[in-house]
Amino acid sequence: MARLKKQFDRMSHLVLPLSVLVVLLIINLIKGADYFKITLINGVLYGNIPNILFGASELVILSIGMTLVTAAARGQDISIGESGAISSAIFVQYVLSAGEVTIWTILAGFLISCAAGIVIGAFNGTLVAFFNVQPMVATLILFLGGRSIAFIIDGKVSPILANPISNQIGTVIPGIPIQTPIILTAVFIALVVVVLKTTNLRLYVEAVGVNPSAARLNGINPRKIIFLTFLIMGVCSAVAGFIAVNKVGRHDSVNLLKFIMMDAILAVALGGNSLAGGKFSITGSIIGAYTIEVLNRTLLRLEVNPEAIKTFKAVFIIILMVIASPVVRASARKLIDKGKTFFTGYSPGQTGALNKAVVSMTDSSAKKEE
Amino acid sequence: MRPLDRNKPKTRMSNSTLLFIIAGIIFVLMYGIAIISFPVSFRQFQTFFDFFNLNAALFIVILGMCVVMIGGGIDISVGAVCGLVTMACAMLLQSGAGNIWGAFFLALGIGLAFGLMHGFLIAYLEIQPFIITLAGMFLAQGLLTTLHKEPLNVTNPAFVALRRYTIEIPWLGTVNRLGVFIPCEIKPSVIVVVVLIILYAAMMKWTRFGRNLYAVGGNRQSARMLGINVKQTIFLSYVLCGLTAGLSGFIFLLTTGAGNIGNGSLYEMRAIAANVMGGIMLNGGVGNLLGAPIGTLTLLTINELIRAAGVQSNLQAIISGLLLYVFIVLQSIIVSLRDRKQFKLALPSWLKLHRPQDEKIDH
Repeated sequence: MARLKKQFDRMSHLVLPLSVLVVLLIINLIKGADYFKITLINGVLYGNIPNILFGASELVILSIGMTLVTAAARGQDISIGESGAISSAIFVQYVLSAGEVTIWTILAGFLISCAAGIVIGAFNGTLVAFFNVQPMVATLILFLGGRSIAFIIDGKVSPILANPISNQIGTVIPGIPIQTPIILTAVFIALVVVVLKTTNLRLYVEAVGVNPSAARLNGINPRKIIFLTFLIMGVCSAVAGFIAVNKVGRHDSVNLLKFIMMDAILAVALGGNSLAGGKFSITGSIIGAYTIEVLNRTLLRLEVNPEAIKTFKAVFIIILMVIASPVVRASARKLIDKGKTFFTGYSPGQTGALNKAVVSMTDSSAKKEE
Repeated sequence: MRPLDRNKPKTRMSNSTLLFIIAGIIFVLMYGIAIISFPVSFRQFQTFFDFFNLNAALFIVILGMCVVMIGGGIDISVGAVCGLVTMACAMLLQSGAGNIWGAFFLALGIGLAFGLMHGFLIAYLEIQPFIITLAGMFLAQGLLTTLHKEPLNVTNPAFVALRRYTIEIPWLGTVNRLGVFIPCEIKPSVIVVVVLIILYAAMMKWTRFGRNLYAVGGNRQSARMLGINVKQTIFLSYVLCGLTAGLSGFIFLLTTGAGNIGNGSLYEMRAIAANVMGGIMLNGGVGNLLGAPIGTLTLLTINELIRAAGVQSNLQAIISGLLLYVFIVLQSIIVSLRDRKQFKLALPSWLKLHRPQDEKIDH
């Protein structure tokens, strides 16, 4: 029992994003009962849930990297969309120049684009880790200039990736009932989980994020860790760019992954992570990313005026953040405690004193938690 | 008796002042380069005034952003709020229901509403500023597209008259090829910008709110220990930023004369870049408010320089990004070198403490 409770406490930060996801799904169910229906078309599963998984794949991958960067560097990388555009432009150029396209060309192109992502991550990471520039300012450089670099690599407006293998990566591989981006995302998540379980990365990143000087005194080099998280972010954005460009089938340097950093940062925050660094939860971020995709699709499904979608999204975010805010939580807990003492401690004679004592105790505990 | 303060180390220049001086030197350098490479256009005073004439709204947005950044926060909704205000004011003026004053107060009202919302949620509910202002940005963009989607030209005669109105400076100007003297012209919005800069600089320098804001941005915990009302200070900084964003929307409309969806887009990013160039740190607590207009001028000079050089449009963004890179690295190196020097000086200053006694022994 105690063990179960411990497990539950460890998962307590996931309560909010999960409950939001459930609420959104219920809204969808009310709108139409066939929401969870999955149909088999040409041997592939289609439906609302697969569509959500398919649509959110890049966002999930980017939010994983963003979580790590946020936790270690105590700031956000706002150039992820641009770095994805640059690395995927390199991928497209490699594939187009290769002539005959085989699975090995695609793989080589993917690895090259990952290398490009690492180079971009190193650029940002050097600024943040070694020059002590705030992450947002450091990545602002690529945010402003990145799309132009991608355009120059492209050489012309949106080159088209017209080969069967790219098409299969973007949609489905015959014989497999699940769309390929979903599989790729799952593989990526599994890789990240393995890395986090087998290495000390999580411990080091959290130590650096909580207190860099304390981490340094304990033998962790904070600069190295921050630099490493930016390299991981670069790989994440390269993978996301790879998936995105294969999905679309052509490389549009202006619109590919445009403004996705806002959604990725939002996913990190929705997952219960602090944007000021420190402890982090990758699971929370992943759930947050899927929540954003579900929210977008719910608004479309509710036939909200497309012009007003952003307004609804904003109101939703504000309500969610208000519920999640520490102040509101503390006062809510106080109210609940008061209610509890009112109901349990109600006995004639000594209620007043007891109530006061209990309330003052809960008050002080609430203050401590603040 | 020896005066006690003899043992005190010499007062060091604060980081704010140092970064401000760097920003000023960089601006002078950039403008010097501009004058040397394109003497015909940059030597004219009108070119300098045109920076203000055409970008008055940007200057105002940056002032508001600067206040929030000194307080250790960030407001990325400013550009969207500016755009929303232009469209709302344009619609009000076009509908015939309101005059210029109505539009002006509508602009301030919208800005104030956003500022109050951000301030309350961030200061009193302790929600992360990035997320709340992101929501504010979405809200403003959504409202903007709901209001009107097509560009809306303002044809209100009083407004057009105000828009066309220019102030001539008779003692400044250039003689053109025909020998006719052309005085420099400034728009009324430039006066608004200058007044606001003076007001804000005075506020940050001499009022209690301004000093509190520096303390809060530098270290929230110690500011609270000093008895500063941290929440109220942060709240007020966001309200001020919202107000200036609203005002900038009105000025934007005065400059372009049309409400458009793209108005004020990416202003938040340009504001951050300009503030960083002006020596205002995103961490908070560091920066001179006068650095904000200087950083903006540097940014605009660079853009103008690149445009005048006739670089391909895609390279323009890359070059301005590279220059931003150079500035950021330069600032960081200078600040860190300085910190190191201070670290080395720690021992001599400790020795200095004992010098009076040593002298006595010598005597």
